[in-house]
Amino acid sequence: MINIQGLSKTFNTADGKVYALRNINLQITESDIFGVIGFSGAGKSTLIRCLNRLEEPDSGSIWIGNDEITSLNKQQLREARKHIGMIFQHFNLFDSKTVFENIAFPLEVAQFSKRQIRERVEQLLDLVELTEKTNAYPYQLSGGQKQRVGIARALANNPAVLLSDEATSALDPKTTYSILELLKNINQKFNLTIVLITHEMDVLRRICNHVAVIEDGSITEMGSVHDLFTNPQTDTTRLFVQSDIELQQNNYVI
Amino acid sequence: MILANDVLPLLGVAVLETTYMVVMSTLFALLLGLPLGIALVVTSDGHISGLPNIHSAISTVVNIFRSFPFIILIVLILPLSRWLVGTTLGSTAAVVPLAIGSAPFLARLIENSLKEVEKGKIEAALSIGAKPFMIIWKVMIPEALPSLIRGITLAIITITGFTATAGAIGAGGLGSLAIRFGYMRYRNDVLIATVVVLVVMVEVIQWTGNFIAHWLERKHH
Repeated sequence: MINIQGLSKTFNTADGKVYALRNINLQITESDIFGVIGFSGAGKSTLIRCLNRLEEPDSGSIWIGNDEITSLNKQQLREARKHIGMIFQHFNLFDSKTVFENIAFPLEVAQFSKRQIRERVEQLLDLVELTEKTNAYPYQLSGGQKQRVGIARALANNPAVLLSDEATSALDPKTTYSILELLKNINQKFNLTIVLITHEMDVLRRICNHVAVIEDGSITEMGSVHDLFTNPQTDTTRLFVQSDIELQQNNYVI
Repeated sequence: MILANDVLPLLGVAVLETTYMVVMSTLFALLLGLPLGIALVVTSDGHISGLPNIHSAISTVVNIFRSFPFIILIVLILPLSRWLVGTTLGSTAAVVPLAIGSAPFLARLIENSLKEVEKGKIEAALSIGAKPFMIIWKVMIPEALPSLIRGITLAIITITGFTATAGAIGAGGLGSLAIRFGYMRYRNDVLIATVVVLVVMVEVIQWTGNFIAHWLERKHH
């Protein structure tokens, strides 16, 4: 489904070149929920943003389905993006649009008729359980509700892939759990491939099947979530697993 | 102080002329300034149509026009007024330099408003596959609307001031009345009356602009 070969990306900063990604190779199978975990600054955000080219890679190739994303021109890229949904840490909803209009926007972009848009938005509102908020503005919603709108908007054009850029990092644990359940549900219902990045082991454990650990722009470990938890190979992963165990114990005590 | 009877009709005509000049100049200034302001934002480095060279070129032209004192600009643009409206006198002729003189100012105000739109919202629109045109009209402008309204209000008030300057060289309106009657004929009552009317006009414009911007903000935030 997704095939990344030799992906590299550097940023030019005041302090010189920063290597955000170094020769990343990654395969993600269809309808998988694939997590990328790392500390902040490890390059995980750059990696996911390269998948729909919000960030332009320096070298390497990315295939999603039959599209070689890295070789598309602007017009082709816009078409491909309609089939790659994305959700964001800070939701990035349009404050001047109602919930309905936010979800309708990708459908307007794809030039559906008014009637088709209404039908599809109603389906999506039903899916994310926000029908009663149809005409609300984002400021009237809680964080979890905002992310549900974000998810509905990302799914509007029936994408094959959903990219999740720290989608639950701004949410409290309970809301995080309900959003993750929704993602899992969508994944099963529509065979949607989900790529998510996170710095929380809890997110991986709850919904991911496979995982890659990224550190300093390189993938240091990759495999099933089960293997990662039971048999971590690197210090970073052990640190993540350790902190997760402590978190679990704390939660238990509380 | 009592306003003599002869002044009221003159004042009425002057108010109409000034209103006409302000409305027409604002419309044409928007017609020029809005595309320029949008272009300044979207061509800036890293934005949706990042073309740094084009950005610098537009920016330079805008700065050159903004550095002219308005009265000099009027004189320079007079030949263009003659060519476009057939005369250099009167309110319609004044609209040409008023619009051209205030368009670069308006462009900067619009640029500042549109630059405030969060990067994340633009990225969300990009990730959906929206074309630049859709991002500008359906995302950036609606998101920045309260700020745009405030900027345009400021520009209208500046244009109102400019019409008074244009009045000094034959544009008609309140500025012309103040200078020709109030100043040159020593009619202090006329001078004061025009100033009072201008103050009221500016107040009304500012109040209306604030009201609309505030209403939009309350609706969305």
